[in-house]
Parts: sequence; C-alpha cells; structure tokens
Amino acid sequence: MFHALADRTRRDILRRVLAGEHSVTTLAAKYDMSFAAVQKHVAVLERAGLISKRRAGREALASGDVEAVRSVGSMLTELESLWRGRIARIDELIAQPTATERNQ
Amino acid sequence: MPVTDVKHDMNDLTLTIVAEFAAPVSRVWDVYADPRQLERVFGPPTFPATFVDHSLTPGSRSTYYMTSPEGEKHAGIWDIKTVTEPSGFTFEDAFSDADFNVTADLPVSQNSYAFTATDGGTRATYVSTYATAEALQQVLDMGVVEGATSAINQIDDLLAA
Repeated sequence: MFHALADRTRRDILRRVLAGEHSVTTLAAKYDMSFAAVQKHVAVLERAGLISKRRAGREALASGDVEAVRSVGSMLTELESLWRGRIARIDELIAQPTATERNQ
Repeated sequence: MPVTDVKHDMNDLTLTIVAEFAAPVSRVWDVYADPRQLERVFGPPTFPATFVDHSLTPGSRSTYYMTSPEGEKHAGIWDIKTVTEPSGFTFEDAFSDADFNVTADLPVSQNSYAFTATDGGTRATYVSTYATAEALQQVLDMGVVEGATSAINQIDDLLAA
C-alpha cells in the first residue's frame, strides 16, 4: 500500500477517484503520459486495494475505497511520528536527572 | 526544543534525521550508552522497547524487543561496529525472531549516530543506509520522511471533502 502511494501521479489519481467514479480514459486525458502508463498506475492502486474497478460497456470505471485510504493515512501518521516522538522523548529525558541518579 | 530535519537521498540510499538538543554531548551520549535510558526513548509509550543486552562496545550485539499494545513482541538486534565516545557510534540494525536470530528477508540498515557540540548544546545526526533501493523504499514508504506528509495531507483533505 505504501508503494502504491509513493508516486505523485498515483496519489493524484487516487484523489480524483475518491471524489467520484472515473473512467480510465478520462483519467488518462488528465496526464501528460500514455494511456498505458496511466492504466499501469491504476493497476498498482487496484492491487493495493485502494481503488476498485468495474466494467461498463467498453469503459473501465475506477473508484476509490475510502476505508482503505483512511487506514493507510493513519498508519503513515503513526510511522512518521516515530522519529519525532523519539527525539522529543530524548529532549525530555535529558532535561531531567538520569534514572540512575534518581535511584541512587 | 529540538529542531528536526528529515531528508532522504535515493542515490546514496540514505535517510538522515537531524535534531538539536539543549544539553552537552556527554549527556546525549549517556542516553545511548545506558540501556535503561535508551529504552525510555526508543519506543513510543504505546510500544515500549526493552533492551535485553546493550553495551556500546565494538563487536557486541545489542538485543531488544518492542511490545505492542496487544502484548506481541517484535525483536531486533544492533551489531555495534565502531564506537567513539562521546561523539558517535555505528551499527547494523536488523529484525530478528524472538530468540534474536536475524530475519533474512527484512531490510538491514547500516547506521551512524553522531553527536557534535553546538552553541546551545548538541546536534545529533542520525544516518541510516540501506543495501538496496527496495529496502530503502520500503522504509521511506513507511512514512518516516516528509514525502509522507504530503500524502497524508492530501488524504486528510480528501477525507474531509
């Protein structure tokens, strides 16, 4: 899932399909790249479970899975905060006497 | 008030985090040298770390595990390479099983932690280098860098819309 979101175009595609169902043809017209390249980005997002596709006649229609995206968002937030949290805890710890000093 | 900077370099396969602490270098060093202090800062309160063995001695292996809110233990090891007290140390970081046997298929990183004196205290520079782009991407994708912030903000905006 993280790999699916690591690309700017894929995040943009996801933004569009979360707002409403789009055909792959409509999406492809928005980007300065080939239809095949856009189709490939859509496939990565689909494999990651972030969007689903259905067929309507000759069109492939893509829409975003809000719940899946929400869970990725919360995981990213949690992981991003790990280093900042660690640094904040060091900052707090060094402002106090050490545990060893307190225990002695 | 630590000022932090987070950057990554896909060419060098490195992730660098810089923080400033209002304490002398020796005090920051002590946080890493003392396993009881290290475990207080290493994991978040909801995911505390326990260091079983830890000594900043070249050639030694530190062993630790982190306990999830559900009580699951995730273990890892540090193989300490070089130590220059109090200005820094280098080590290899790997995931392991519960008996501290290294898990081969998860990313291993080479790490360099350096502490230099500044006007107000200490600048800590944490550098992690990964063997392959895939391993680094795996970690970068996990949101440790600012790139993730824009993904999160975009997603937040979407969900609020």
